[in-house]
Amino acid sequence: MNKILFFAHLRDEAGHESVEIEAAGKTVAELKEIVAEKYGVQKLDTSMTAINEEFSSNDEVIKEGDTIAFIPPVSGG
Amino acid sequence: MNYEIAKDPINVQSVIDKVVQREAGAITTFIGTVRELTKGKKTLYLIYEAYEPMAVKKLEQIGTEIQERWNGAEVAITHRVGKLDITDIAVVIAVSTPHRNDAYEANRYAIERIKEIVPIWKKEHWEDGEEWIGNQLETVSYPTGKPEEKDLNE
Repeated sequence: MNKILFFAHLRDEAGHESVEIEAAGKTVAELKEIVAEKYGVQKLDTSMTAINEEFSSNDEVIKEGDTIAFIPPVSGG
Repeated sequence: MNYEIAKDPINVQSVIDKVVQREAGAITTFIGTVRELTKGKKTLYLIYEAYEPMAVKKLEQIGTEIQERWNGAEVAITHRVGKLDITDIAVVIAVSTPHRNDAYEANRYAIERIKEIVPIWKKEHWEDGEEWIGNQLETVSYPTGKPEEKDLNE
């Protein structure tokens, strides 16, 4: 299983802080499509993705147990 | 712990104390505060949230980048999360270096990098609504690399 984390407006849209999905073997891009469909999240194409707290590309393949976070454009400071 | 996400008000002096070193000839401190008016719109308060473990890692990464770029630099950064009122301190960055010019430059670099790679988000609460800021591609991301010189000068 994989834990998926949502932040900021993505969490508002998804209605969850986190969900559990079977995502091993899928690319980040594929996961984005699945999550957009299943949870009605609109702006994943403008979000970065982090796997286990490190930024990853859309081509990266997810492994069993990875935690995936969708990172909307940040606005700290 | 030179890099922290804090839920309580930030003690500025305690951040400065972390970068005190005998080799330093300068310490610059940046204090980011909550502004009331943004483009004429009145903010009532802000909510900051962070992906905390990753945010701390990314703050550490910024510190490492600074130390690679500016010799002898010590860096400490604390960013607050939760509800912040007008004039509250959101972030404190302290940088010490042997010479003052480096301390200024490195400190500026730190705040620009925070706005690029540290997973912290700000929700504005106005008199007539609320909105997460940064969700219209306002920010540029450099997930692994460093910003180009032109990006720092914007």
